[in-house]
Amino acid sequence: MAEIWQEVVFWVFAVAMSLAALRVVTSSNVVHAALYLVGTLMGAAALYVLLFAEFVAWVQVLVYVGAIVVLMLFGLMLTRAPIGKAHFDNNQRLLAAVVAGALFGVTSYIMVRAFDGTDVNFARTVGTKAGGLGEVIFSAYILPFEVVSMLLLAALVGAIVVARKDEEVEGHNAD
Amino acid sequence: MPEIALTAWQILLVKVLVILTIVPVGALAGGYAEHKVMAHLQHRLGPMYPGGFHGWATTLADGLKFLYKEDIVPDAADRKVFSLAPAAIFVPVLMIYLVIPIDRNLIVEDLDVGIFYLLAVGSISTIGVLMAGWSSANKYALIGALRSAAQLIAYELPIVLSAAVVAMYAGSLSVIDIVEKQNFPFAIWPPGIGLIAFLVFTTGAVAEMTRVPFDMPVAESEIITGPFTEYTGMRYIFSHMFAEMGHMVAFAGIGVTLFLGGYKPIIPWSPLEVVPGVIWFGLKFALMIFLFLWIRPTFPRVREDQLQKFAWKFLIPVSLVLVLAMGAWVLYV
Repeated sequence: MAEIWQEVVFWVFAVAMSLAALRVVTSSNVVHAALYLVGTLMGAAALYVLLFAEFVAWVQVLVYVGAIVVLMLFGLMLTRAPIGKAHFDNNQRLLAAVVAGALFGVTSYIMVRAFDGTDVNFARTVGTKAGGLGEVIFSAYILPFEVVSMLLLAALVGAIVVARKDEEVEGHNAD
Repeated sequence: MPEIALTAWQILLVKVLVILTIVPVGALAGGYAEHKVMAHLQHRLGPMYPGGFHGWATTLADGLKFLYKEDIVPDAADRKVFSLAPAAIFVPVLMIYLVIPIDRNLIVEDLDVGIFYLLAVGSISTIGVLMAGWSSANKYALIGALRSAAQLIAYELPIVLSAAVVAMYAGSLSVIDIVEKQNFPFAIWPPGIGLIAFLVFTTGAVAEMTRVPFDMPVAESEIITGPFTEYTGMRYIFSHMFAEMGHMVAFAGIGVTLFLGGYKPIIPWSPLEVVPGVIWFGLKFALMIFLFLWIRPTFPRVREDQLQKFAWKFLIPVSLVLVLAMGAWVLYV
């Protein structure tokens, strides 16, 4: 019985997510596109909950919905988000569709091949409890973790370098 | 008394109804407390007439008044986004209440990732504020929304980090575990770290509620009511009043849970254990609410640039040091 409900809920979220994702790329209003993206990401979080990965689900909400989409909206509103019926479009739709389709094909092929029909019992995987997840990250996956943190640090330093005013150069220009 | 057997769905329904009742009632009571506390701090009486006894029904009357107001959507507004925004702001506030333990067994859901859930859900309302500001087609609303988003992002970090300090001390993310691990009010023990974390949390919480002194996003002398300028009637109540009060009640609950020992007696002394946890929680909760209300008539409004500087250059470094200090404490003491 429980499995049936899980299946039903999965399909409800999967369909809603796919529709939202479709609207992200077809909507001609950038802010609407960003809001549809919120729907897609929340759907992904719901799917994580269905897979018993509660912690990952809330990370998804905190990082993607609470920070990344907010920053996107913030950037859009500061720059070019006219209110009303303004349309934004460009002529790269075909190219974008090809790239996105190819990416989708490759990742789904890899996913299907990687699991190769094995039945994973998600209730028993480490992702269920936050503690178990932490232990795995800081033991088996410590190297990727450190690499990612170095990458983020580099990005942070890069952002500061780009954003800061170089006083020497400015003084030179003023001469 | 016969055992009442409820199915999982019935229990869920009861829980949802309780939350849906508590939040508006809490918001109304909070609003009344705000009127009265502020009035007495300023040597006024505050509202005295509605309802008879000390004007207890003031906020209720206010709410009813808003029900009768015309619901206006500006012509140039983006209708769909404009009407969705109040829900996007208010629903996350409701969701916060799920994991606040009023007593050892009085909690809607003791999630394994308790406080992480709190922080994640709390971050969703920012999108609602941006939606409200952008869709209103009003420059003041847009400026307010941008200020709001910048502020909510900046002050979310100190809150997350101070909560992380508590989680490190307790070695768990579950709110029940966190309360159980606190022998003293956490704000006092371990020495210093907890107290500073509590101050950082409270400052961040006031900023998240966009209340004085951090109310730049809704500064009436500059940008009317910021993102909510174009809202009227019930939409205004839900997006601004209920959201602010609901947030205040929620943050008071979170503060009590994380830093003040939740439902446990103020000192670990067995005769005090007789008093039910609900009462201890209520006392500490009232103290937190009073603190929030006290801040409002006490401080002047902080300027926008000072506000950002204070978050990034003072609060965040302080909370990072706290995380390090707590790490050292947990490892070596």
